[in-house]
Order: sequence, then C-alpha cells, then structure tokens
Amino acid sequence: MQHPAFEEVTFHHHTDDATFKKKVKNTTILLSILTIVELAIGLIIYNMHKGDAPNELLVLMFKGMVCILTLAKAYYIVSVFMHLGDEIRNMIMTIVVPLLLFVWFIAAFIWDGNSYKNLRNKYDAHYKESTMPTKH
Amino acid sequence: MATTAAVQQTKWWTGGKSPFNLEYGKLMMWYFLMSDAFTFGAFLISYGSIRFSQNFWPDPNVVFNAFPGAGHANLPLAFVSVMTFILIISSVTMVLAVHAGHNNDKQGVIKWLFWTIIGGAAFLGCQAWEWHHLITGEHAVLVDGQLDIVGQTTRINPWGDLASQTDVAAAIQNTPRETLVRLAEMGGHGHEGAAHTNFASLSNAELIKAIDLEGLHIRENGPVAFGGYFYGITGFHGFHVFSGVIINIIMLIMTQKDVFARRGHYLMIEKTGLYWHFVDLVWVFVFLCFYLI
Repeated sequence: MQHPAFEEVTFHHHTDDATFKKKVKNTTILLSILTIVELAIGLIIYNMHKGDAPNELLVLMFKGMVCILTLAKAYYIVSVFMHLGDEIRNMIMTIVVPLLLFVWFIAAFIWDGNSYKNLRNKYDAHYKESTMPTKH
Repeated sequence: MATTAAVQQTKWWTGGKSPFNLEYGKLMMWYFLMSDAFTFGAFLISYGSIRFSQNFWPDPNVVFNAFPGAGHANLPLAFVSVMTFILIISSVTMVLAVHAGHNNDKQGVIKWLFWTIIGGAAFLGCQAWEWHHLITGEHAVLVDGQLDIVGQTTRINPWGDLASQTDVAAAIQNTPRETLVRLAEMGGHGHEGAAHTNFASLSNAELIKAIDLEGLHIRENGPVAFGGYFYGITGFHGFHVFSGVIINIIMLIMTQKDVFARRGHYLMIEKTGLYWHFVDLVWVFVFLCFYLI
C-alpha cells in the first residue's frame, strides 16, 4: 500500500484488525504479569530487609532479577507498542546502536561512585564511623 | 540468491524511495526520543553514582508506604503500583488510538485519545498527591544532636538510619520547647485516651516524659541528595507526562476539527503515540530505580 501523502513511503507491515487486537492483548497481559512479578519481588525484598540479618547476596540477586524484568518490559513497549520491531533493520540500528553507549555509561559511573565510597571509608575514619548504618 | 538480495537492499538508496520507509516527522520523533533517553539516562545514572558512593541509602519501602485515605497504614509499593498500571493502560489505549488512525476511523481516534488523556491526568493527580504527602509529611528526626520534625525536601529528609535510643535520649534534652510540644502531640503517652491534653501547659520535663520515643521510630536525617534526585527525576518525568497530555489534547481537538481527515492520514497521532509510549517507557525505569531497588 502506498501512502497518499508520501509516495516514497510504503507500508508493508499494516496488520489486519484481528491479528492486531490479539497482539495488543497479549502484550498488555505480558506487561501486567511482568509488573506483578516485579511487585512481588519488591515485597520479598521488603520482608527480607525487615528481618534481622538479610542475606545481602540474595537481596542483590532479587534486585538483579527486577532489573532484567524491567529490560524485558522496555523491550516489549518499544518493539510492540512503538512498532520499532516492524521497522526496517537499518532504521532500528540507528536507534539501538547509539543506545549501546549506556553499557559503558552505567558501568563506568556506578564503578566510580563505588570507588569514591571505598576511598573515603579508607582514608576518612570519622566519615566511615558516622555514616555506616548500625545493625539493629 | 545473494546478488538479488544485495540488489534489493541497495535499491532503497537509489532515490525515489524512503530508505527507512518512514515519514520524516516520525523518523525525527524517534531521534528526539533517543536523545531524550540519554537525558533521562544521565539523570538516573547520576543518581546511581551518588547512591553507590554512600554508606547508607534510604529503603524505598520506608519512604513510599502511604496510600490516599489509608492514614498511617504501612502499605509499601501499593500506591506506586496503581500509578504504574495507570500508565501501562494509558499506553494501551494510545496503541488503539494509533490503530484507529491507520484505519482512518475518526470516532475511534477520538474515543481512545480521550481515554489516554484521562489516564495521563490520573497519573499526574497521583503524582501530585505523592509529592504533597512527602513534602508536608511530619516525621520526627534526629539532626545535629537535637530532635526536629521535617518532611522530605531537597535540603533535608527524615529517611536516615534508625537512631539509637541513647542518642535520642541525649538529643531530646537539647530539643527546643515548641518541638517538644509538637512531638508530644504527634505521639504522646495516653494520647488516644486524652485527645485534648493541653501539652503546651506542661513543663519541659513533663513533656519529655509524655513523648512516646519508641512509637515515633525516630531516624537520623537521610542523604541530602535523596530529595533532590527524587523530585528532580520524577518531576522531569511528570513534566513529560504533562506535556504529553497537552499534546494529546491538541491532537484530540485537531481530530475533532477534521484536520487529519482532510489531510488523508493520521500520522500525527502516530508521532504523539511514540512520545506517549516513551513516557511510559521512562516510568518503567524510574519505577525500577526509585521504588523497587
């Protein structure tokens, strides 16, 4: 189908109503389930923090799981709701490849923050003593 | 086979065709959203960097545990899940509006855009309530060796580590009289039974005895950056939602005035749709960074 106003733009990926409705319904259910699982994990973390000695590694693992679920949600929103998955591959790459900068961006800055904390704790005993949370 | 595929690929770039098969405005909306993703990303990464540089960071379930009309009930994650679902549903109605536009279905576009606007307004209302609750909330806090009553602002917040009972007992001796009266009013022994106790008439020593220190769950003041990052990032996102609602309202009026029907296409709805989904997308990450982990 050629577009009436833009002759050079063609639409190969126009879906019929039934397929479209099914796809939107499935994606909505999927996003809701992912959100509910995220909330359940959030409550698990909350209850672990309430306990006497939370297992730090387990808390970290649950937080990592929530991060992965969030990335899955982001993928479905962008790919289905924003139809990026239906675009031409070259166009998708012009969006996705620059976003890969985030990999370095996140790693570098979190690493930097962590290193600042460690250096401060090492060389400033008063800071460490006054800011370190006490165990209750 | 290989040669035919190559010929077909290069054909996009030989002129007369749109290489990305996209209308100009829609393509530029994608690039704007990509740059906006970097803006939000920079804010969130800066927040993460500061958070990793601190020995203590507030537990979100301590900060965000209120629900409208539920008083002081401890309901972590409840209200923010309502906000999250409102945005997801408004994203779905926007998808339906865009699809109605594909089919040149004017009434469908109007119907689904209307529900999207309602969803956006509901989200903004929730956020307004949440901010109001955080700013005007009254929490007893141990700061600079004395007790104070504060809400969450960009200068101070009451979300530090739980203060030790010995520190609190020492700090209450240095606390100004008007704060003591307010603390007694917030949670004094026998408060429920004698609701009209005139705490102002008590002496300082009597006030200190009347204050229920354990019941107040007194914390130290939290990291200063917490308030600034929370209001800055959720505010920036809220501003995106606000402008999205305004743009959607403009699109609704234009649809009603048959502007797009005369143009022969509803591509503008697609572009605002992209913006609206992006707002939902950002919220997914704000939700993760501030409320879940």
